[in-house]
Amino acid sequence: MRDVTLIVNGESRTVAADVRSTLLDLLRETLHLTGTKKGCDHGLCGACTVAVDGERVVSCLTLAASVDGSDVLTVEGIADGDQLHPLQQAFVDCDGFQCGFCTSGQISSAHAMLHEHARGDLSTESFEAGRAAVCHGPDVLSDAEIRERLAGNICRCGAYANIVEAVAGVVRGTT
Amino acid sequence: MKTFEFEHATTVEGAVDRVVATGGKYYAGGTNLLDLMKGGVEEPAALVDLRRLGLRDVTATESGGVLVGSGVTNSAVANHPLIRSRYPVLSQAILSGATTQLRNMATVGGNLMQRTRCPYFMETAFAQCNKRNPGSGCAAIAGFNREHAIFGVGGSCVATHPSDMAVALAVLEATVHVHGPDGRRAVSISEFFRRPGDEPQRDNTLHTAELIVGIELPPSPFAEHSWYLKVRDRHSYAFALVSVAAGLRVEDGVISAAAVALGGVAPMPWRVAEADAGLLGQPPTEAVFRRAAEQIMAGARPLSQNGFKVDLGKHSVVRALSSALRVR
Repeated sequence: MRDVTLIVNGESRTVAADVRSTLLDLLRETLHLTGTKKGCDHGLCGACTVAVDGERVVSCLTLAASVDGSDVLTVEGIADGDQLHPLQQAFVDCDGFQCGFCTSGQISSAHAMLHEHARGDLSTESFEAGRAAVCHGPDVLSDAEIRERLAGNICRCGAYANIVEAVAGVVRGTT
Repeated sequence: MKTFEFEHATTVEGAVDRVVATGGKYYAGGTNLLDLMKGGVEEPAALVDLRRLGLRDVTATESGGVLVGSGVTNSAVANHPLIRSRYPVLSQAILSGATTQLRNMATVGGNLMQRTRCPYFMETAFAQCNKRNPGSGCAAIAGFNREHAIFGVGGSCVATHPSDMAVALAVLEATVHVHGPDGRRAVSISEFFRRPGDEPQRDNTLHTAELIVGIELPPSPFAEHSWYLKVRDRHSYAFALVSVAAGLRVEDGVISAAAVALGGVAPMPWRVAEADAGLLGQPPTEAVFRRAAEQIMAGARPLSQNGFKVDLGKHSVVRALSSALRVR
């Protein structure tokens, strides 16, 4: 066991962890932050998406010991107290889920995507629009852009149409 | 998962020393290595973590190229202004692989060091895999080999290298800088990967404990006209059946520089020098592109289930070159 210190949702937490422990298992089993879900445990489904030092990652393939000292944002840290984040409200309004298992990963992922788009990051879709878009980033995110940027989050219920609608409303409301 | 020693390295020399001393492995983003450890495919005695090593800069070189530190994440490379403006095919290739979450974790060095996704390699329940267990045989040759190689392989292993980034690096003629127990050396991307031969467990030509410290891109003639086409079973988040990185420069109506590399078809990015040379001095027409595609595919040796890659490869080469030409 070794001590691992993380700033989780703004609060410093030091816990003893097995060297083999993933960030996902540490969040769920040690810190009891069970909003982050374990789907495949192989980086394929995205249900375990959290942000480490501001960038979204799959926590199932993140070794806790490796990210010792990092800042972690989980789905529990996205709302402002009882006030839902606009993305969370949009998922409710658009019915962006059925069973809900993938939802915290979808929201964590989309939350990071808003930041990526705001700073001009690209996706493969951006290349269809020519060199100017590649150099400066797309001004507006099309549905195809949103789908590509959220491709790492699988929804086995197939609620994609409503997820895209929810995210598109927030993205386009802020651009 | 078997347990292991774990430590953060803080210098390149220190990291190399610790891998030599422990016989362990370098650990960067971990997206592939940790997954293989979960499945028992990799069982390193020690992990030497590179997260605190730095090597995270993307810098312009005096020769007009760019040097990318090996610890830069795939996302950071793909979105860097120098790469987007000078080497868009590299951005496009990287962004066509995996997902944002994985690209945020995975590093440039790790991308080159990732292992094949051959299912017989990935699953230890299969007894036969010469790459995982040398001398055990290759289950893919007489098994499910739809996704496997049509170039550069033989009877020991028919696995492909899965990197998209490497295919773009091949047309950009990048150099891989490594640091090992005997100091530094530079390896051309064309010499980095190796054919399976009698050592299918070795994917590349690195020596024991050598660490990739950077990738250098020379000035490129393909900033304006390049394309990365990736053909796969679904629209996103899948490995390539066939991919093509294509770069063109056209002056006065004729091709003055050209490079084509294929992914998903060999244990390395696949280039055919005669096909590139044959494009020079020609007008950029579909007929000229088709001739290059025929030349590239002439040496293909498909397996029982992947003959479709020959025809798919030809169409993909023509389409990638056409798309590169049309970039505005």
